[in-house]
Amino acid sequence: MAAVVLTVNGKARTVEVEPDTKLLWVLRETLNLTGAKYGCGEGQCGACTVLVDGQPVRSCTTRVSLIANRRVETIESLAAGERLHPVQQAFLDHEALQCGYCTTGMVMAAVGLLRATPSPTDAEIGKAMNHNLCRCGTYLRVLAAVRQASGRAGSGR
Amino acid sequence: MTVEVERYELMEDPRYRFEFDRRDFIKTLGGGLLVLLVTPRLEGQESGRARGGDDRLPADVNAWLHIADTGAVTAFTGKVEVGQNIRTSLTQAVAEELHVPLASISLVMGDTSRVPFDMGTFGSRTTPTMNLQLRRAAAAARNALTTRAAERWQVDVDGIDVVDGRVIHKASNRSVALGELLSGPPLVATVTDAATLASPPAWHVAGRPVPKVDGRAFVTGTHEYTSDIRRPGMGHGRVIRPPKYGATIASVDSSAAEARPGVIVVRDGDFLGVVADTTEGAARAADLVKVTWAGGGSQSSNTLFDDLKSTAEPGGGQGGFHAGDVDAALASASRRFESSYRVAYIAHCPLEPRAAVAEWTGGDLAVWTGTQRPFGVKGELAEAFHLAPERVRVMMPDTGSGYGGKHTGDAAIEAARLARGARRPVSLVWTRNEELTWAYFRPAGVIDVRAAVDAGGTITAWEFHNYNSGPSGIRSPYEIANQRIEFHGAKSPLRQGSYRGLAATANHFAREVHMDEIAAVLGVDPLAFRRKHLRDERIAGVLDAATTAFRWGSRTRASGRGYGLACGTEKGGYVATCAEVLIDRRDVRVTRVAVAFECGAIVNPDGLKNQVEGAVVQGLGGALFEAIAFEDGRIVNGRFADYRVPRFLDVPAVDTVLVNRQDLPSAGAGETPIVGIAPAIANAIFDATGVRLRALPLVPEGLPVASSSASAGTGTRPPAAPRRYP
Repeated sequence: MAAVVLTVNGKARTVEVEPDTKLLWVLRETLNLTGAKYGCGEGQCGACTVLVDGQPVRSCTTRVSLIANRRVETIESLAAGERLHPVQQAFLDHEALQCGYCTTGMVMAAVGLLRATPSPTDAEIGKAMNHNLCRCGTYLRVLAAVRQASGRAGSGR
Repeated sequence: MTVEVERYELMEDPRYRFEFDRRDFIKTLGGGLLVLLVTPRLEGQESGRARGGDDRLPADVNAWLHIADTGAVTAFTGKVEVGQNIRTSLTQAVAEELHVPLASISLVMGDTSRVPFDMGTFGSRTTPTMNLQLRRAAAAARNALTTRAAERWQVDVDGIDVVDGRVIHKASNRSVALGELLSGPPLVATVTDAATLASPPAWHVAGRPVPKVDGRAFVTGTHEYTSDIRRPGMGHGRVIRPPKYGATIASVDSSAAEARPGVIVVRDGDFLGVVADTTEGAARAADLVKVTWAGGGSQSSNTLFDDLKSTAEPGGGQGGFHAGDVDAALASASRRFESSYRVAYIAHCPLEPRAAVAEWTGGDLAVWTGTQRPFGVKGELAEAFHLAPERVRVMMPDTGSGYGGKHTGDAAIEAARLARGARRPVSLVWTRNEELTWAYFRPAGVIDVRAAVDAGGTITAWEFHNYNSGPSGIRSPYEIANQRIEFHGAKSPLRQGSYRGLAATANHFAREVHMDEIAAVLGVDPLAFRRKHLRDERIAGVLDAATTAFRWGSRTRASGRGYGLACGTEKGGYVATCAEVLIDRRDVRVTRVAVAFECGAIVNPDGLKNQVEGAVVQGLGGALFEAIAFEDGRIVNGRFADYRVPRFLDVPAVDTVLVNRQDLPSAGAGETPIVGIAPAIANAIFDATGVRLRALPLVPEGLPVASSSASAGTGTRPPAAPRRYP
């Protein structure tokens, strides 16, 4: 066991874990932030997506020791009280979910994309979001939601 | 209306049986107004097993609805939410009849100690049954409230209505909040048959695109799925699986694992698992358990289709149909066609794997689990642990999808066994590899089709044999005088069960591709050929809608492009699908889809559109590349890295047309829109390349032979087809 210091949603957190523990389990079980989901443990489905230093990462394959002292953002930090983040609001506006299990990872991936590329083309959205699986098949709605959140003209349904 | 439950809707026996004892519990609902909906025995609901809070309730209660004196409305149903959005559509149903705001209604779903018995959420039955039942209960509640107001105000009940949660008497300008009428002794109403319900054209709340009622919880991450549930003292479990199906334990050395703090190893027969304080701790401990396994199966996908045919039962069972004299019609036909089609096993891959949290309190067992059959799982638990049913409570948090894959209680039973062994509540979440290996699959199958056509281009005989994949959707909607349609059960080498649409996908694939084969040989447009044999105006309606949206009549030939269509009906829904593909050497892309769907009066247009789009996207996977591969008793592609499911970049433009028939009762919509996409794509690939693909998935490794006219599969290869466009 080792002590690892992380900054999670703006707060410094010290966790006592095996250094090879994956970030997902530290978030879910040590810090009780359950918004990031386990979907595959392979880094293939994106349900566990969080931001590390602003970049989307697959927390299920990320060793916690590698992100010591780095800045982690999870879905729990997005809304400002009652006010949803524009990406969250866009997902609701376009009903870009069915079962919702992929949604938090999708939202975080989209937030990461829009920070790096504020006005992505459809092709850029597709390429960036291709790492996030939705088995219910809401991709076209997610695309519309990300377009809306990017403020692109004509993005409404 | 009776609906035959497909054999694969009902699953195999539970894997484990354990010992335990019994105790009773009683649950009460409190004051206010309680409406019980009692109906004569319905399909799929076993009389006498209805069991909710109070054993004195009538045996055939299907739903109930409670209004507290605060005005809070709660509807109780055994149906469950797996992303098909029935929490919203059922809330609309209650709001429609009770005339209260959506926000004042909550639904308790799938909690076996609080809701009436329900067989399960499958077969697209929620909308045609539960939606109506809750509407009736809500209408009865409104009647009870207006009656009470009439008594209180000493006025005629006809002058009273409920508007936006208030009971109003316009003539005397009086009104009262719903809850205020409910102070005092509890009011109980029983509905026994159809109350007068609002007709679809008069709907105010139903029929409109209401947003997901608890959407906010999902986009903020606060919704609690099973794996998010935390109980005091809870540990995390991991099951240790055999290396191949059917292997048994020869010996176990668990000392290294048990030396770790907090680790408990649980063994019961061939069940073996560990419990630790964390998920990773459980995984590490499981790796330290040394197990020697013995035996196990040797099944392999290489011999799958031969195995299914060689173990097939005679036909004549479920779903079959015979008309006229097929043999005579085939013998005298001017042209005969014969092809064999195959479908692979595929996995549901719900993004939330099977999961359960189990907690024992004394001899009582409470389990939270994602399942489409909470009462079925309750029964499995009672049986596995030899418990009286009333000692078991199953709760179903709205779940990360199922698609027919979460009918069984495997994870629930395993979590409960681990919890009993570890003497603490246990959360068990299957790994993706377990999900792709130890769940059950959509049945693989072989479908042999023969057809005869007369000199005028009319089909005169249709012979259709489905081996193993199932009887759903096996009947042809086309008018054909002589038919022999049979389903043959077979010995499945893998565990198999329900999947969205069941065998209707396989049967529509074979039927609609065969129709296309015949049309191609005759040189007839596939749309005209289908219309010629269709009398069903509802299928004709969706065909018109889809082909119009697709601009079928003005499609143009371009290098590498092809167009295909398919149509059909199943479970009260009608679907037509057109697909455009673009072939670049061996690469096949579906670029454009138009799909029309009709299921009677639409309850929630946007929710329905979402389901139809989702079915098309999910259907792409089984159509193009999904297949479970197995060898020597092992799954060999049990990871997302190896088992490809549709992603963003696979998705075509989808034009969805909803045909709203307000003159017809609402049918379910979660399944049937999936059945047209695979044959439409197969037919489009043929149109583009002349390659006739007769096996699902169609192009797991890309097009089999680049742009040649070689035929895949077996059976009659049509000659180089004249491709004529109008």
